[in-house]
Amino acid sequence: MREFAYARARSVDAAVALVADNPGARYLGGGTNLVDLMKLGVERPDLLVDVTGLPMHEVTEDGDTLHVGALVRNSDLAAHPLVRERYPVLSQAVLAGASGQLRNVATTGGNLVQRTRCGYFTDATKPCNKRMPGSGCPAIEGEHHNLAILGASDHCVATHPSDLAVALAALDARVGVQDLAGPQEIPLADFYRPVGDRPDLELTVRDGALVTGVALPPLPAGARSAYRKVRERASYAFAIGSVAAVLKVDDGRVRDVRIALGAVASHPWRARVAERALVDAPATPPAFEAAAEAELAAARPLRDNAYKVPLIRNLVVAVLSELVGDR
Amino acid sequence: MTRTWQAAPSVGHPMARVEGFDKVTGRARYAGDVALPGLAYGWVVPATIPRGRVLHLDVEAALAMPGVLAVLHQENAPRLTDIGEGTLFLFQGDRVPHWGAPVALVIADTPERAREAAERMRVDYLPEPPDCVFRADHPALYEPRFVNPHNETVTEKGDIDGALAAAAVVVDAEYRTPAQHNNAMEPHSTTAVWADGRLTLRTSTQYAYAWSQSLTRLFGFAPGTVRVLSEHVGGGFGNKGNPPRPDSALAVMAATLVGRPVRVTLTRPQLWPLTGYRTPTAQRLRLGADRDGRLVAVEHLAAVQTSRLVEFTEQVTMYSRPMYAAPHLRTGHQVVALDVPTPRWMRAPGEAPGSFGLESAMDELAEACGVDPVELRLRNDTADDPTTGLPFSSRRLADCLRVGADRFGWAGRDPRPAVGRDGRWWRGTGVAGAHYPARTVPSTAHATALPSGEFVVRVAATDIGTGARTALTQLAADALEVPATVVRVLIGDSDFGPAQGAGGSTGTASWSWPVVTACRDLAHRLASGEAVPPHGLTSTFDSTDAVRARHELARYAWGAHFAEVAVDVTTGEVRVPRLTGVYAVGRVVNPLTARSQLLGGMTMGLSTALLEESIMDGRFGDYVNHNLADYHVATNPDVGELDVAVVDDPDDELNPSGVKGLGEIGIVGVPAAIANAVWHATGVRQRELPITPARAAL
Amino acid sequence: MTVPELDSTVRLMLNGAPREVVVDNRTTLLDLLRDRLDHTGTKKGCDHGQCGACTVLVDGRRANSCLLLAVAVDGREVTTVEGLADDEPHPLQAAFVAHDAFQCGYCTPGQICSAIGMLDELAEGWPSAVTADGRPPSLDDAEIRERMAGNICRCGAYPNIVAAIREVAGGD
Repeated sequence: MREFAYARARSVDAAVALVADNPGARYLGGGTNLVDLMKLGVERPDLLVDVTGLPMHEVTEDGDTLHVGALVRNSDLAAHPLVRERYPVLSQAVLAGASGQLRNVATTGGNLVQRTRCGYFTDATKPCNKRMPGSGCPAIEGEHHNLAILGASDHCVATHPSDLAVALAALDARVGVQDLAGPQEIPLADFYRPVGDRPDLELTVRDGALVTGVALPPLPAGARSAYRKVRERASYAFAIGSVAAVLKVDDGRVRDVRIALGAVASHPWRARVAERALVDAPATPPAFEAAAEAELAAARPLRDNAYKVPLIRNLVVAVLSELVGDR
Repeated sequence: MTRTWQAAPSVGHPMARVEGFDKVTGRARYAGDVALPGLAYGWVVPATIPRGRVLHLDVEAALAMPGVLAVLHQENAPRLTDIGEGTLFLFQGDRVPHWGAPVALVIADTPERAREAAERMRVDYLPEPPDCVFRADHPALYEPRFVNPHNETVTEKGDIDGALAAAAVVVDAEYRTPAQHNNAMEPHSTTAVWADGRLTLRTSTQYAYAWSQSLTRLFGFAPGTVRVLSEHVGGGFGNKGNPPRPDSALAVMAATLVGRPVRVTLTRPQLWPLTGYRTPTAQRLRLGADRDGRLVAVEHLAAVQTSRLVEFTEQVTMYSRPMYAAPHLRTGHQVVALDVPTPRWMRAPGEAPGSFGLESAMDELAEACGVDPVELRLRNDTADDPTTGLPFSSRRLADCLRVGADRFGWAGRDPRPAVGRDGRWWRGTGVAGAHYPARTVPSTAHATALPSGEFVVRVAATDIGTGARTALTQLAADALEVPATVVRVLIGDSDFGPAQGAGGSTGTASWSWPVVTACRDLAHRLASGEAVPPHGLTSTFDSTDAVRARHELARYAWGAHFAEVAVDVTTGEVRVPRLTGVYAVGRVVNPLTARSQLLGGMTMGLSTALLEESIMDGRFGDYVNHNLADYHVATNPDVGELDVAVVDDPDDELNPSGVKGLGEIGIVGVPAAIANAVWHATGVRQRELPITPARAAL
Repeated sequence: MTVPELDSTVRLMLNGAPREVVVDNRTTLLDLLRDRLDHTGTKKGCDHGQCGACTVLVDGRRANSCLLLAVAVDGREVTTVEGLADDEPHPLQAAFVAHDAFQCGYCTPGQICSAIGMLDELAEGWPSAVTADGRPPSLDDAEIRERMAGNICRCGAYPNIVAAIREVAGGD
């Protein structure tokens, strides 16, 4: 780990002023991903700006929108009564991730900007286009059993490891950010860049922008939501596939549906093809399966991750069917 | 040989670990826990090519960094003696034997500074094309002279091909197990200190005495120079056995070079290339039987890998040598040397992967013959070792199977696969037998009576979590005929003299012999009125002659495992709600810690069945999932209800305590029992581990 | 900023006692405890938040000390395994010994600190991945296992760990 200076930010403006336009500076929140990557030599900042003292720790209501501060810890978010009541998918997704001790430290904002767990990215001795643009992607021909099947490119097949962000994608959340130009709010769907030929550029916001919070619009009246995650051990593991869904059914027909997929792409994958296929469709397993198949028609699996295609299809059917069923 | 089977005051009764409160309060000091003035830190610079030469190391740049005291490398390292152990022949030339091999060691005044300088070290290589990928048809596979530790490579009895050709039922199948890493919780660490002409190492070893001898020879020190201490060791599972691991040799070199104490602690990822692992295996099983499932032929062949540094051939098919009766029986091994890290011991080496092959094939035979899998194993029980013809000192496999079937509720099982649908789960059950050799190795111990009325027993044993310290306390107390509270057993010090290591389920069996004998002798001397001088009265016993005087017999511990699994129909996720293990392990000294060891073996077996796989990227020669997030070991919620029982197993032909080891038997056969249960649940055979969702998905 | 400071002064309450130490900013809380303050009860298993051996309580909450920079815990209260016992062992410490809830003991300090934090979380009504929606969590074995998932025990003492925690917490 390279030596670095450490500063505690006294205000959001001051924090942004220190980090913006300084490629060697990073914000320090919970640090559960950043400190890990610094030890691995993947991140080598020369300045850490600790933002944990900033007033971004609250979950607040603003009309029918719920605002989650960027520093709300994962465990507080999952346990928050309003989150559990209104957005079960979000609470479930957070609780499906990491461990109790990590959730106690990891923040909402940090979760959204965490980096891929691809083993070539996290090993500084290997080539990786995301870490070292132009060095190549050994994963495509190498170990990729848990990498992307959707939206990847010849330059990178990494996945985004978050559970929380998958739920936020299904909830049509908006991300609050601030940079030197001031604060703004952008849809989560527009927060991540497609991979393309620059996998090192992951976000659409400017370098040095600070995530300040997340805004959750209300679910349609009568809609239900759920998250289901598949992993290779019973707990404390990253997903090999996950589905977050919001579903509203009337008279046996789908009136509103939002589906987001995890562990399949470089960012939470909003299954818009499947959603379109389901509008006003019967809320039945065959319709869910057809919709999932339609979404997955775009899948480009690699040698060792083709199992994800039927896995995701089955998961979509199972989660939507469960949301239809009586509780 | 004498023994005391009658109820004794301590042995046979549960006793909490004597070091228990030290461990739960943080007082117990492991190898990397000792504070020393002037301590410096060594950090490994690992090779980042799998094969080739080191052309240049930018040592000057590293030395210019803050806090860096020295850099050890091929040009300034002490010249070593070739003791036939390539993994310790460090910095003796420019060859890179595998990815991750040390090419230098940076020594600095703080760990942060050592790490940064090591990671920034520029190394120029001349790479050569590597060969790192194991496969069952690798053209360089060959039959080695022997397999671990010194066993026959091939055994052959009868006419295997003729018997198979004539058999009414034949099972012919291939099984695969991946590379697996031990991953004890404590990463290897050594602190080396020179004082008064002696070198003291505090290190993570299962085998303090052997390490002191190996390092003495490696460095050409005068006998008695090296003292190895390992009071507490954070797990090993074979990974800290002999030979010494590189951290120990590096710490010795570094402390010698900089003239102050040096600690070398490996990072978790460094354990993958530097400390050993279980080889991947490819096994072929051919079983021939009559229509009732009576075996006429067993053939078990295995291919494994080793490194360029050491020929280490895991004894995979030895599992089939004593297990089931068969008039025609062939076992064999082939090994291929690759540009990979050196494989080593991992819990039940040989038997763990070998039992996956044979016990899975037996399940396929049960299906083919229409015989219940428990009954099939009972029909093929035998009184004599089917390979050597030697009688068994005890063989209670049938007892284990019957008691296990009863505890598990096996009776009435529907043998048909894929009939147990329960909501989102397919449910099934499976069984496997198990055995593990019961070895005893010569060792020396000292028992001392103190004027205070207390007793001190010294033996260079190690407690890696087995409970050996506590069991030896109980055995010593009974031999001395005193309460365990007045006996203190000191272990983990090579100065106590030759003693077996904690490995191969030999520890307590080996150490108890001299401990009990020395204690009895001391008790006899005290009873006959011998006075206790101020420094104490000591009896010493070396069991070498006694061990060698034993009859030649087939000595084994036995077991049976029963598994219930649930396979998610949507995802292929496999859960194991229930495991039963029943064992014949000789005399159980401490039922509390014995149960823990068996639970631990079963848990690692479950972990092996479902989770564990080190993934080689042959272009780099690196196991690329070299961390505990990507190499999955079982967590608490992976483990369901575990039921453990032991059957009575009085065995007079072992050692004076009647003790068989039980560190390994718990893992043997568990993966097969689970794989067999997954077949029963889903109808799909699982011939390759681990059984991930991708493999179990329907 | 002027000349960058690469060291910082950290003040924290360690097991109830105030400590002040100048650290290299790179130092983690785990390394501060082990290498500078001779509190080696907290163990380093993976150094990347993947095993839980380094679990301590920070302001009463369990956390992986390997991923916390020492400089970032300035002003906080840190409790380690050494700070749990008064004259008597903490009930969880005694239960771990009685149930043989460890073998090698290396993960044990982290398990015990984690269990203490976990029981507080449960008392607060926090849900887990196995808690049914809308119900208060109960202390059954499935809850204990899931909530202790972040503490790996390679020796496989899990059933005994669950039993020890259940006994102390008075669960089912």
